[in-house]
Amino acid sequence: MNIIVLIKQVPDTSEVKINRETNTLIRDGVPSIINPFDTYAIEEALRLREKHGGKIIALSMGPPQAAEALKEAVSLGVDEVVLLSDRAFAGSDTWATSYTLAKGIKKIGAIDIIIAGKQAIDGDTAQVGPETADVLGIPFVAFIKKVESIENGKMIAERMMEEGFDVVETSLPVVISVVKEINEPRLPSFKGKMKAKNFKVTTWTAKDIGADENLCGLKGSPTKVVKIFPPTPRGQREILSGTIEQQVEQVANKLKDQMLI
Amino acid sequence: MSVKIILEKCSGCEACITSCPFGAIEMRDGKAFLTESCTMCGACLEACELKAIERTEQEIAAEATDLASYNGLWVFAEQHKSSISSVTLELLGEGRKLADKRKTKLSAVLIGHGVKNKAGDLIAHGADIVYVADDPALRDFNDDPYSAVLTTLARLHKPEIILAGATAIGRSFIPKVACVLHTGLTADCTSLDIDPENGNLLQTRPAFGGNIMATIVTPNHRPQIATVRHKVMKKADPDPLRKGDIIDIKFNSQGDIRTKVIKTVEDLTQVVNICEADIIVSGGRGLGDPKYFALIEELAKTIGGAVGASRAAVDAGWMPYSHQVGQTGKTVCPKLYIACGISGAIQHLAGMQSSDVIVAINKDPSAPIFNVATYGIVGDVLEVVPLMIKKFKELRG
Repeated sequence: MNIIVLIKQVPDTSEVKINRETNTLIRDGVPSIINPFDTYAIEEALRLREKHGGKIIALSMGPPQAAEALKEAVSLGVDEVVLLSDRAFAGSDTWATSYTLAKGIKKIGAIDIIIAGKQAIDGDTAQVGPETADVLGIPFVAFIKKVESIENGKMIAERMMEEGFDVVETSLPVVISVVKEINEPRLPSFKGKMKAKNFKVTTWTAKDIGADENLCGLKGSPTKVVKIFPPTPRGQREILSGTIEQQVEQVANKLKDQMLI
Repeated sequence: MSVKIILEKCSGCEACITSCPFGAIEMRDGKAFLTESCTMCGACLEACELKAIERTEQEIAAEATDLASYNGLWVFAEQHKSSISSVTLELLGEGRKLADKRKTKLSAVLIGHGVKNKAGDLIAHGADIVYVADDPALRDFNDDPYSAVLTTLARLHKPEIILAGATAIGRSFIPKVACVLHTGLTADCTSLDIDPENGNLLQTRPAFGGNIMATIVTPNHRPQIATVRHKVMKKADPDPLRKGDIIDIKFNSQGDIRTKVIKTVEDLTQVVNICEADIIVSGGRGLGDPKYFALIEELAKTIGGAVGASRAAVDAGWMPYSHQVGQTGKTVCPKLYIACGISGAIQHLAGMQSSDVIVAINKDPSAPIFNVATYGIVGDVLEVVPLMIKKFKELRG
């Protein structure tokens, strides 16, 4: 079984801080990591390979330094990695990213399952998985928390919903996105780390994958960011004083006055 | 749009570097250079006193859509077991305002089985037209048939805007709809407006875990599609006398259905969907022991709230993942959020900081949760919560 894992290199948003004077993100010293949700995708691919055999290819689109994230995937045990990197991809929104990834996937060839994380922690859109599926013309199932079975060209899996979960059957090939409940990602092995160190990351440009440059990057993106600004700070803030009883009483009365309780 | 550096004007002062939210500006040969990380957001324009950074309008000639032929605002009316989701009514409230501003009609698209009798509610909440696709094959949410219904209708009637809830369902199938229609989609919006100059939908959403807000437009493609978070828009008061048209849509089940729902399993540990709750009481590791979640449950029950949990509490196995609030769990926006023994890691704040009123209880006065709290009580959660339960019970009689 051939599996592609889609991964994205992201800044560790838990380390991102705001410069309150300039209202910009402080990125100095903020490490780049594999999008945490993608680590569950990698782990699920490894488990499916253990069960069904086959090959795992990690695919990413990004600047040249995203090769580091792919090397990390190698250290975890994926077989091959491909980076789609080209100046023409800059400024891609989710549609243009999905188009580009789909072109890369087509060049890789016959694939049974494509696994993505639920969403990336920098953009939080959760759109690249489903849009890639659509460009490829194959089905998509979101928020998988358990793969029950894969046989006879069909997958049965549990999809997490707001009020429980659905058991969904889908034909292969398919794109799925996984939630963190699906597994517990492993750590890289020493052998894996050694392998990753000198691993040569295959890099493909727009030309290599036959992508139409009018559909890539900023040019191919239907959405445009017109403004970026800091969130409005929250209004009135009160740290209460007095004994615990008095504080509880004050809060209770304030909530009552606002008809919240 | 495109952002570029005018090399002749650039003095190499580096003032623009820190202005970039994406770290996309580097110095090369003593001049500023935009790397692949540049998203053309234009945040650097003001930082340059020499006006050496310029934004140019760049039309997408290849895909020029005839924008004027699109009109009307649509809301995807989500329902569970034939009951309309609250986010749908919120979208109708907001959609009504936007449609009036744009001087156009507001329509709802209702997909399901045995749902036609709900069309009147949608009209009462602001819809002028309700398209109803009522068919046994549409009873459960399923990506392929739901997107087929919505895309077919959108191709036929060409709405200018489509809004859907940023729910599990909306975030699952709306991307496919946007992709089939080859248009832009903005996820998880927290505010919407119409640009009076060109009619573009101004879609504002948080990014980077809520650290920055971005306003996004879809200038050259239609329809403009956005998913909107629970609870950020206000429902309109229903007017049972409002008139509207109900139009039946025949669903052609012969289409390509590659995925099917075998069964739906309700999560019995979760009485209330926390995304829809008006009040949430959340517990964290500060409780010290999973048995004290009973206190959180009692407090929630006292005031009719749902129970949430921090990632740390979920990772420790104290509560099921479906209760997790935060970037890796659910984003919530209740009227009242009570955080008990939660320190307020940035990933938790990202999931709850837009709640109307936040009460934080923590024994560490420097805990970051107090930075977003409306009212903060510094104290032992095991002492404070029982007092709170007692006091709330008194006040509620």
